[in-house]
Amino acid sequence: MTMLYEPAIHLHQVSFTVNDKNILKSITGSFPKGKITTLVGPSGAGKTTLLKMCNGLLSPTEGHIAIDNQPITNYEPTTLRKHVGIALQAAPMIHGTVFDNLALPLVLQGKKLTKQDAIQYLLDVGLDNSFLHRPTNELSGGQRQKVSIARTLINQSSILLLDEITSALDRQSVQDIEALITTINKKYNVTIIWITHNLQQALTIGHYTWVMMGGELIETGESSILRAPSNPRVAEFVQGVNA
Amino acid sequence: MTYTSLSLTLIFVLIPLVLSKTFKLGLEKDTVIATIRSIIQLLAVGYILKFVFDAGSTIYIFLMVALMILAATLNARKKGKGIKGITWKIVFTLVTVEIVTQGVLLGFGIVPTTAQYIIPISGMLIGNSMVLSILFLNRFTAEITSHQNEIELILSLGGTPKQAIHRQLINAIKASMIPTIESQKTIGLVQLPGMMSGQIIGGADPIQAVQFQLLIIFALLTTATLSSIMIGFLSYPVLFNDRLQMLEMK
Repeated sequence: MTMLYEPAIHLHQVSFTVNDKNILKSITGSFPKGKITTLVGPSGAGKTTLLKMCNGLLSPTEGHIAIDNQPITNYEPTTLRKHVGIALQAAPMIHGTVFDNLALPLVLQGKKLTKQDAIQYLLDVGLDNSFLHRPTNELSGGQRQKVSIARTLINQSSILLLDEITSALDRQSVQDIEALITTINKKYNVTIIWITHNLQQALTIGHYTWVMMGGELIETGESSILRAPSNPRVAEFVQGVNA
Repeated sequence: MTYTSLSLTLIFVLIPLVLSKTFKLGLEKDTVIATIRSIIQLLAVGYILKFVFDAGSTIYIFLMVALMILAATLNARKKGKGIKGITWKIVFTLVTVEIVTQGVLLGFGIVPTTAQYIIPISGMLIGNSMVLSILFLNRFTAEITSHQNEIELILSLGGTPKQAIHRQLINAIKASMIPTIESQKTIGLVQLPGMMSGQIIGGADPIQAVQFQLLIIFALLTTATLSSIMIGFLSYPVLFNDRLQMLEMK
């Protein structure tokens, strides 16, 4: 990966082993500050594990992670997780309404979310105010993903980790969310790290891309590498996805 | 009751044995084992209690209570296998429950300071505390397993372990206390409690028996609340490490 940019997150020989299974194998690389980097690769490549490490939900069994040039262990976990927000793949919801979920990040800090702000966040992700008091167990998969994205934005993190946040959305909603994330990236200089299975999305939205397979970082560079991968394994993967 | 009369009560063991055989329930072996165990255990306790009461020594009372706490702990800890240090957490809870309840009963002179009162009452309170601990641990571990995503979500947003597990903790505490509270609502209407029935059969004045039963059910409320809350608040911190990450329950 080019080092023209200051890294928002730097990983040095990061490995993660659980029950003798190597989920991540000595990953070294950086996510440039203020840029969108996509993580692509087949299921089981270790992408979600990597994202959870950057948010502090998991710790490497070997190696080091630095956030804004500070070792991740220097951060208080709660501070780190507000600074590095994550939208989890399953879009989990707490019991209650959409408003309860949107207010959650602030409630955890003893603060309140105004109704006006909540509506604005909903509008940002393409949901109208009629959703505000709807129980989350009545939402579709796509609506849950949108609420999950809105909730992640509330902490106004300077680094956003997005785990397949558009997998359950229709084409129009995907475009709306892509536009929203691009705006957040440009307007507020927020660093975005986005796991996607959609290579077209990686090409159009991402500035950079990481290709991961079997817990290893196989290839990194500008997103255009996905058009003509130099690594034969990546070429095979790209061909398989596009087929 | 004569030994002949007692022997005749074995008819109540023969009935389930015959029914189990007839309907192929396969419970004959367990029924026989349960019967033999109950005879041996109760006779042993009877002789031990007789010895302790006759001896009138405080040290024997302490030993009996310690034995009860040990047996209750060994039984309850099976349900909290995934929680580090659960044995000592249960011991601490049971000891606290015993000190608080007996402290009030003996401290205010509500019951006499004799083995005849302390041991049976301790048995009831520790037994109830053990059941509450089992109910709590059973529900708490199930709640954590089924709501792992929710707990992870709250941690990921910058919440503390206490915030992340609050709902599961409260649900488990409430669920474990429901049987105690519900059974007290219908006490005397549906069934006469065992201790009260025993006293009445033994020839005691029914009003006196009711007074003792009230003493017990009020004490059981404290036992239930203390047990669930203590086990809960002692258990949840060990489910997380110092980086506020949830540990796998083994």
